[in-house]
Amino acid sequence: MNEITPIAILVEDEKQIRRFVRDALEAEGWQVYEAETVRQGLIEAGTRKPDLVILDLGLPDCDGIEFIRDLRGWSELPIIVLSARSHEMDKIAALDAGADDYLTKPFGVGELLARVRVALRRHQKTGAAGATVVEFGGVRVDLVNHSVMRGGQMVHLTPIEYRLLALLVRNAGKMLTHRQILREIWGPSHVESSHYLRIYMGQLRHKLEENPAQPRFFLTEAGVGYRLALE
Amino acid sequence: MTDQRPNPDALLDKILREEEKAQRGKLKIFFGASAGVGKTYSMLSAARQLRAQGRDVVVGIVETHGRSETMALLDGLEVLPLREVEYRGKILREFDLDGALKRKPALILVDELAHSNVEGSRHPKRWQDIEELLAAGIDVLTTVNVQHLETLNDIVGSITGIRVQETVPDKAFDQADEVVLVDITPDELLQRLKEGKVYLPQQAEGAIRNFFRKGNLIALRELSLRRTADRVDDQMRTYRLEQSIETVWQTKGSLLVCVGPHRGSKKIVRSASRIASQLDVDWHAVYVETPRLQRLPEAERARILSTLRLAHELGANTATLAGQDVAETVVDYARSHNLGKIIVGRDSVKSWLPWKRSFADRIGQLSSDMDVIQIAQESPEDRLRSPAERRVWREGSGTSWPSYVWAVAVCAATTVLATQVLPYFDLANVVMLFLLAVVLVAVRFGRGPAVMASFVSVALFDFFLVPPRLSFAVSDVQYLLTFAVMLSVALIIGQLTASLQYQARVASQRESRLRALYEMARDLSAVLLPEQIIVLSHKFVESTFGVKVGVLLADEHDKLQAPVMIDDAGPVSAIDYGIAQWSFDHAEPAGFGTDTLPGSPMLYLPLIAPMRTRGVLAVEPINPRWLMIPEQRRQLDAFAALIATALERVHYIQVAQEATLRIESERLRNSVLSALSHDLRTPLTALVGLADALTLTKPALNGAQFEMAGAIREQAFRMNALVNNLLDMARLQAGDVKLNRQWQPLEEVVGSALKAREQQLSSHRIHVALPPDLPLLEFDAVLIERVFCNLLENAAKYTPPGSEIRVEARIEGYEVQISVSDNGPGLPPGKEEAIFEKFTRGERESVTPGVGLGLAICRAIVEAHKGRIWAENIPAGGARFIFTLPRGMPPTLTDFLEDERPEHAGPKPE
Repeated sequence: MNEITPIAILVEDEKQIRRFVRDALEAEGWQVYEAETVRQGLIEAGTRKPDLVILDLGLPDCDGIEFIRDLRGWSELPIIVLSARSHEMDKIAALDAGADDYLTKPFGVGELLARVRVALRRHQKTGAAGATVVEFGGVRVDLVNHSVMRGGQMVHLTPIEYRLLALLVRNAGKMLTHRQILREIWGPSHVESSHYLRIYMGQLRHKLEENPAQPRFFLTEAGVGYRLALE
Repeated sequence: MTDQRPNPDALLDKILREEEKAQRGKLKIFFGASAGVGKTYSMLSAARQLRAQGRDVVVGIVETHGRSETMALLDGLEVLPLREVEYRGKILREFDLDGALKRKPALILVDELAHSNVEGSRHPKRWQDIEELLAAGIDVLTTVNVQHLETLNDIVGSITGIRVQETVPDKAFDQADEVVLVDITPDELLQRLKEGKVYLPQQAEGAIRNFFRKGNLIALRELSLRRTADRVDDQMRTYRLEQSIETVWQTKGSLLVCVGPHRGSKKIVRSASRIASQLDVDWHAVYVETPRLQRLPEAERARILSTLRLAHELGANTATLAGQDVAETVVDYARSHNLGKIIVGRDSVKSWLPWKRSFADRIGQLSSDMDVIQIAQESPEDRLRSPAERRVWREGSGTSWPSYVWAVAVCAATTVLATQVLPYFDLANVVMLFLLAVVLVAVRFGRGPAVMASFVSVALFDFFLVPPRLSFAVSDVQYLLTFAVMLSVALIIGQLTASLQYQARVASQRESRLRALYEMARDLSAVLLPEQIIVLSHKFVESTFGVKVGVLLADEHDKLQAPVMIDDAGPVSAIDYGIAQWSFDHAEPAGFGTDTLPGSPMLYLPLIAPMRTRGVLAVEPINPRWLMIPEQRRQLDAFAALIATALERVHYIQVAQEATLRIESERLRNSVLSALSHDLRTPLTALVGLADALTLTKPALNGAQFEMAGAIREQAFRMNALVNNLLDMARLQAGDVKLNRQWQPLEEVVGSALKAREQQLSSHRIHVALPPDLPLLEFDAVLIERVFCNLLENAAKYTPPGSEIRVEARIEGYEVQISVSDNGPGLPPGKEEAIFEKFTRGERESVTPGVGLGLAICRAIVEAHKGRIWAENIPAGGARFIFTLPRGMPPTLTDFLEDERPEHAGPKPE
């Protein structure tokens, strides 16, 4: 872990995109190594001891998903995927393969840096991701004591609701696909029953969000999954 | 112990029969012993009653024979006009079947079930017309006399001495739903006759003398009573069977009747039919074709065929078998079909060979476990033949007299040769030359010429070669032995050779038939287009049968298309599309040689494939006789089946290819779209990112520069929105959008849309009001999010900042109505519908940005979900966009959801 200068690997074949991503990260104090292909990217990732990988899915030599599968074979490095693809299937595939987050092109620098910060914190187990007590919008979740308070009052959750909440809190900021959540909460045999998940998600919102129809924390990415946003 | 459970086959059979019955019309027969008993009168009275009850009754045809009482009953009934047919210069009036089918009454009266139609009608017999009426669901009332029943025909003939030529198969009688016996005593009938109530007076005297003798009438009355009693008995038995199938054990020991070329075969068939119906079992009629029987004159072969047709009409399963030994073949067939009783005709003439046993004995010996029933054969009978049969008979078969001339010529040449070699060879050896000549003749010309050659050879040998030469006188008595031996050797060798030759020819014919079938099957299995099948059909059917054919394919509306003409195949002269269509619709052969419109010069065979009938094979025989040969017909049927199967196979190949093509083009479209999406977004990403990067440069940009960088970024995002819309529209327009439909709460997708358009909506007040009892809906979350995004964006775009935007939903019958409304200026009046069209915006030349694809996309998405979308102005001010989603059948959740129990407050192990 580089405490002083974090290192990022940027795998992207378009020069102009590489350029502004690199500029943005360097302005934040990162050291950036660039790669144009999956093969090259894997070599960089294996030799530079990086803290983060930013990966474009459409690369000339092979699919970015291959990169994720390969990397996940030996590393827990955070991976942020850049996707020009509008099909949700590709995003889900990347997330299921082990990517932490994704950005749909085109994206702004501010958006990129925000995602990078969240990913890095999660990886370094600092901030909300590593904490045993998390607070957001008047809600206080104590993972050790299994208690949930809202506005100073105890909130009653069913066991499944609590497990869902705990899962989201432990992965705060990370995009979780329906499949990942279903497997965690209900087990591998129920990964297709996403309407149950949606119902519980709705119940959590009603119990913990101020305006369940306009959630601030329990965010939905249509067709992909959920994310607990804590900022 | 006997198995007491109902036989499932019997039950199924019963259900099937009942189902079939329910759809068919009902047949009611008024049955009488003879003409004049008042059948037509009873029928008309019954019809009047039914009419009074409000039934739709129509008179198809009623023959009043000028009887005034009967005619009076016709009054007030609707009578269908008769069809006028010209036949041999006379105008005949016939029942109009098509007219009746077109009128389609509930019940129709058709007198005289046994009537034969004029040549050229659709069916040769009226009972076949009635069959069609019944099949069309029309109830029929009809009349018939006992002497017209096929199986009683012989008996009535022997009683009265008068043979009626118009007969009805017993099947038609037995399958009637009701039979009413119209009965009066013979005295009463004779009285009516005298009063002239039966026939017209001038005909009455002759009729009485010939037919209406009291003895006859008593016998006929008894026959009709007994026949009716049999029927009632049958009904009783059927009733018992239906009530309790297990109490009456039905032995399915079916009958097998052997048909031969004898004249009495028809009588055997009729008897067999009667026995079968009395025993209530199935029966089979078979004809065994041995090489010997194949040599029969054409007329006898035609008789066999007509006997088989009779058997078929009487309800038998018929088959023509090939074998060397009749008895063995018959017994084999009986064993393989589980037939326990064999019916044969008793040989009328005792064989003059003492060691030769009768046919019945031989069968009895071969099948000790089967019953053999012998039936007396009748004296020669010569009965009316069906029109098709008559036609064939006219063709005749001439003896080929040139072969006899050739036989004589060969003998003469042999004699010339023999006189030349006589000085060098012994006379005994010269004889061999003549024997050789006989063999050659037998090989080349067959049996008859060989016999002739035998005699001619002996004569020539005697005349020219045996001393004294040039005289039939013989000097040495020894030569008589030579002549005798020479003649018998010549005859025997000639017979054997001819017979062998004949069998070889038969075998090779069979083989060539099989080969043709095999070759056609092989060639058909390789074709890929219907046109190729038609070419092959022409090639094989025409060359195998020496006929002209046309293949009529059906289109998807079950209408036959004109045949595809193949260049080298001569066009089939005159295909009657009416008959072809009939054959197609009924999936039955029609035209020449069949029961339906046999007067047509062509035969129409439906091409029946496993899934449906594919078309009709129209066959024009050059020589009509071949059609009557059963094996030819069988083979033609086999060809038709092959063609049909090939057509079906090709059809499914086409279906599969179309599906593959569709999948391919969809894949291509998707890859083009995603390549386009990638290529367009990459520069936009760079543009946005670089514009952002500009604002972060050190030293910081000045105010104007910072603004310009922001403008670049904003324009790039606009460009991106445009690209998204265009790509979405392209995808939706391509048709069959694949929806990823899942059951989900509407709230979630409203939330994600609001989140996605947070920035555009920042200066508006958003109000979401979804009823808490809103059911789960099945939709594609991504696409419906697009709908909400577009509607919200529109609302934000066309209303001033600070306006209120409301998202609401309510259950409305089978659907849920979702609305997005604002309190802005509203829509331009009259444009509520036009705004959903592509490239339309609220106002012309508006300064508000965005190409008007948004609403068109919304409409495409909602319609793909089987919903509707429309817009309206709110009277109080503002616009409202409403779309609906069907409620469908949400999944049940009980098994998976937990009770809403309060979670404990304290720590708990997970």
